Amino acid sequence: MIEEVISSKIQEIAYECKVEEAMTKDVITVAPSDTMVDVWMKLRDKRISGLPVVSEGNLMGIISVEDFIKCIIKGRKYEQVKNNMTTHIEFIYSDEPLIHVFKKFEKHRFGRFPVKERDTKKLVGIITKGDVIRCLLKRLEKDYYEEETQKNRMKNIFHDIKSDKTTVILKYHVKGKEFKKAGEKSSLLKNALLRLGIATEITRRIVIASMETEMNIIIFTDGGEITIWVEEDKIKVNAVDSGPGIPDVEKAMLPGYSTAPDWVREMGFGAGMGLPNIKNCTDEMHIDSVVGEGTNLEFTVNLKK
Amino acid sequence: MNIHKVKQIINAEVICGEDLLDLDVKMGCGCDLMSHILAHINHDSGSVLLLTGLTNPQVIYTSDAVDIKVICFVRGKRPDDDVVKLANERGVVLMCTQLPLFESCGKLYKEGLKGISEND
Repeated sequence: MIEEVISSKIQEIAYECKVEEAMTKDVITVAPSDTMVDVWMKLRDKRISGLPVVSEGNLMGIISVEDFIKCIIKGRKYEQVKNNMTTHIEFIYSDEPLIHVFKKFEKHRFGRFPVKERDTKKLVGIITKGDVIRCLLKRLEKDYYEEETQKNRMKNIFHDIKSDKTTVILKYHVKGKEFKKAGEKSSLLKNALLRLGIATEITRRIVIASMETEMNIIIFTDGGEITIWVEEDKIKVNAVDSGPGIPDVEKAMLPGYSTAPDWVREMGFGAGMGLPNIKNCTDEMHIDSVVGEGTNLEFTVNLKK
Repeated sequence: MNIHKVKQIINAEVICGEDLLDLDVKMGCGCDLMSHILAHINHDSGSVLLLTGLTNPQVIYTSDAVDIKVICFVRGKRPDDDVVKLANERGVVLMCTQLPLFESCGKLYKEGLKGISEND
C-alpha cells in the first residue's frame, strides 16, 4: 500500500518535472580535434565514463571509456576524437518530462543522455540516472516539507495565539433575493475554516448548515447577516434577518414542509429540508422568529478534542 | 472507476479539469435537487460523481459544501462561463453528456458505479 502511494507520487513528479530541472548544466565536453589522451585525462580527473563531443555548441558525438580502451588496444591513443566517437547519438530535449528519460534508460543501455535545447538544437546539459534520482528526491523532500509546514500553520492558530480565550469572528452580509450569488458566502466560509485549521468533517457540517441558512435568507428575506465565532472548542453561528419571520417554527422544522416559491424550486432548492438539515448537521440549534420582525437562528458545532 | 472510464461510458465531453481525469469516483448521485444533496451527502463525498440537469452556480456552491469534485451535466446542458470559472477555482471537474439523467445513471450503475446509499 505505502509502496503504491510512493510510486504513484514519484510517477506524478516524473510527469511534472522537466529534464532541464534534473540535468547537469556544466557539461564537461571534448572537441572533435582533441586526442584520445585528452579524453582519458578528462574521464580520469572527473571520474566519469563518457563525454559529449561538441563543436561550436553543437553535439557531434559521444566518446566513452570503451572507445578509449579500443584505441589503446589498437595503439592509437593519439588519434583524434572525431575518428573514434559514436556518432549515432540518443539525446533528449530539455523540455521533455523526466518520465521520458526513464523510458529511454529502459530502452537503451546507455548511462547518460545529452540534453539539447529544442529550438537551437545546441547541447545544454547531460542527464544520468543519478541526476534523475537526485531530482526526484529533492522534489519529494520539498513536497513533504510544504505539506508539513502547511499542516503546522493550520493546526496551530489557536495554539500560537496566547490568550485566556481566543475567538475568531467572521461576518458575512447576505443580500435578499440575489439568487445568482446564493452559496457564495458559504463557499468563502469553507475556505476560511479550512485556513483556520478546522477539520474537514467539522467544516463540512458547518458549511452545509450555513449554506441552508444563506439560502433561507436569500429566498425568504430582504437580507441578513451571518456571524461565525470560531473558538478552540466550538464553532457558533448566528444568522439574523429583518423579516418576514416564520409563522409556525414547529411546522418549518418538519422535513418536506416548504413555503418556497416555484422559482426557488426550479433552481433546485426549497424542498423543505433546510431547517431539519441544519438541525442534523449541528450539535445545538435554536431558532427565534417573530412574524413581521425577523428570525434569529443560532447553531453550534462542538470541536472534538 | 476513474473519470476517463465515466467519460467513455456515457460518452461525455470534459468542460474543465482535463488534468484531473485520473481521479476515482466510487459513488454516483443523479439529482436535480440541491437541497437533497445538502441533506443526504454529508459523509466523505470526495469520490461522489454528481449527475444533474441544473447548470446554475448553486450546483458548484452546493457541491463545494459537501466536497463533490466531479459533476456531469446531462441532456446536453452546458453551464455559463462564470460557472466554469467557479469550478476551475475549486478544482472541480465538469463534464457534459447528451444522454438524459436516467440513462446516464443506468449505464454507469451497470458498469459498477455504486449509489450513495450503498457506500460501506
